[in-house]
Amino acid sequence: MILVIAEQRDGRLNRASLETIAAAQSTGDTVRIAILGSGVDGVAGELGKADAAEVIVVDDPALKEYTADGWVLALEQLIAAEKPDRVFLAHTYQTRDFAPALAARLKRPLVTDCIAVTGGGYVRPMFQGKLQAEVAVGDAGAHLATFQIGAFRADQMKAGRAPIRRAAVAVDGSKIRQQPDAPFKEARQAVDLSQAERIVAVGRGIKGQEHIELAQKLAQAMGAELAASRPICDAGWLPMDRQIGSSGQTVAPKLYVALGISGAIQHLVGMKGSRTIVAVNKDGEAPIFEIADYGIVGDLFEVVPALIAALNG
Amino acid sequence: MKIAVCIKQVVTREWQLRVNDQHTWIRDQDASFELNEPDAYALEEGLRLKEKHGGEVVVCCAGPARATQVIREALARGADRAVHVESDALATADASAVADALAAAIRDEQVDLVLTGLQSDDQGFGQVGVVLAETLGIPHATIIMAIEKADATLRVKRELEGGWFQWVTLPMPALLTIQSGINQLRYATLKGIMAAKKKEIRKVAPPAPPSSGPRITRLYFPEKGKQTQLIAGTPAEAARELVKRLREEARAL
Repeated sequence: MILVIAEQRDGRLNRASLETIAAAQSTGDTVRIAILGSGVDGVAGELGKADAAEVIVVDDPALKEYTADGWVLALEQLIAAEKPDRVFLAHTYQTRDFAPALAARLKRPLVTDCIAVTGGGYVRPMFQGKLQAEVAVGDAGAHLATFQIGAFRADQMKAGRAPIRRAAVAVDGSKIRQQPDAPFKEARQAVDLSQAERIVAVGRGIKGQEHIELAQKLAQAMGAELAASRPICDAGWLPMDRQIGSSGQTVAPKLYVALGISGAIQHLVGMKGSRTIVAVNKDGEAPIFEIADYGIVGDLFEVVPALIAALNG
Repeated sequence: MKIAVCIKQVVTREWQLRVNDQHTWIRDQDASFELNEPDAYALEEGLRLKEKHGGEVVVCCAGPARATQVIREALARGADRAVHVESDALATADASAVADALAAAIRDEQVDLVLTGLQSDDQGFGQVGVVLAETLGIPHATIIMAIEKADATLRVKRELEGGWFQWVTLPMPALLTIQSGINQLRYATLKGIMAAKKKEIRKVAPPAPPSSGPRITRLYFPEKGKQTQLIAGTPAEAARELVKRLREEARAL
């Protein structure tokens, strides 16, 4: 039996959980779905529309806000009671916060960021997506696995009617060491890149802040907004509100030009829905070429000026 | 404040990856190595906390002998001393083995705070920090973008997805995994490099590795999912051809 731990915030289901249910269903094994929180009947009802043996609700006042300790305490009990062979989770920031501690407490292996399930294990990216690995869990038996966002499709989740049950789990709130404040957004983003028709985005290949101007010129020539991958914003070469990816904005413009971006998954999730993707990179093996429609393998400091000349010529 | 910063040595981003004949790891005999970049942000944050609150920064590394390179670099950037859990097997070990080894290094140090990077650039488990907290029996918070210290508690800013953040308060000792971009990195000065030569690196024997964990059965370059039209030629030729196709074929310009 596979137990899928679904995720919600403020009573809203994270759609990545549906992808994980689809991953569990694809194995042909019995699927149960758990949802944690306080007052989450609405989300449980939504999950009940999946083809699964059961939706198990872990409802406790101590689970009103997410904390790593609260989730580990609750899931430790739930897993002891349900005895799943496998526990599946979406590889979200929340999962990354508690799942390794849960696995360690259960003394079970955890395979993270999986993109496929195979007969004997899983497939996961390594070396920032430049390589993939088949990973066997061996004779360890019961284990946990997390799935990369987008590796399975929510619309491939089989629908059905799953009965809803409340689990007999109680969380001792005094054992929770993290005290969270309410989530908040930073001051409104000045640039809404999701509305841009065309985007020119720069990555590590741009090498220095002084070269940003070159990308800016190409953006002007294309009628595009300028954006960047995370390392560029981390370095302060462009403001954070120009960042594309899992921690920045998600965009799907008509044209996306990636300059010197290798294509780490954290970036790809923010732009892979773009209609036409162009990649310019000196490394022909860079993962960005896996999703690019057009590619030029070459030095962006030679290619970009040539592009500007071709556009203006 | 006594701070342990966990660091890992990884192959450089520029090194052209090659897979070994058994397809179980990369052919790293002739690779160049560097400090895992997310760990560099954890180290920088540790150094800044020490400069603000006083105390000591102890660098902890679980890795083969060659990892001395990044330990020296961390010492040159300003860490006070280091603990090296040395074992060749740790170069390719899974998350729980690495966390066990780091716990062996940190347990006797009685630290107030443990910092790690978010994940490594090689295996990218994103697990070691959180497993280490559980092993040490201390609370943790992950993907941290700011740290405020008040007496025996920490108030930290967690990054959530899609531009959301959250402040979390937790008691010390605690473990935090640091998000890249939390600070601007410093680099070693010549003076720092000279001083590092005299700093202590304590060697610790690794604990017995766990009997069975996940293992890589095949490592390979991913197949391309999409047919990319690669445009060849000189930069000028390729640029003209690309603009033509974007205008006429993709109608994106």
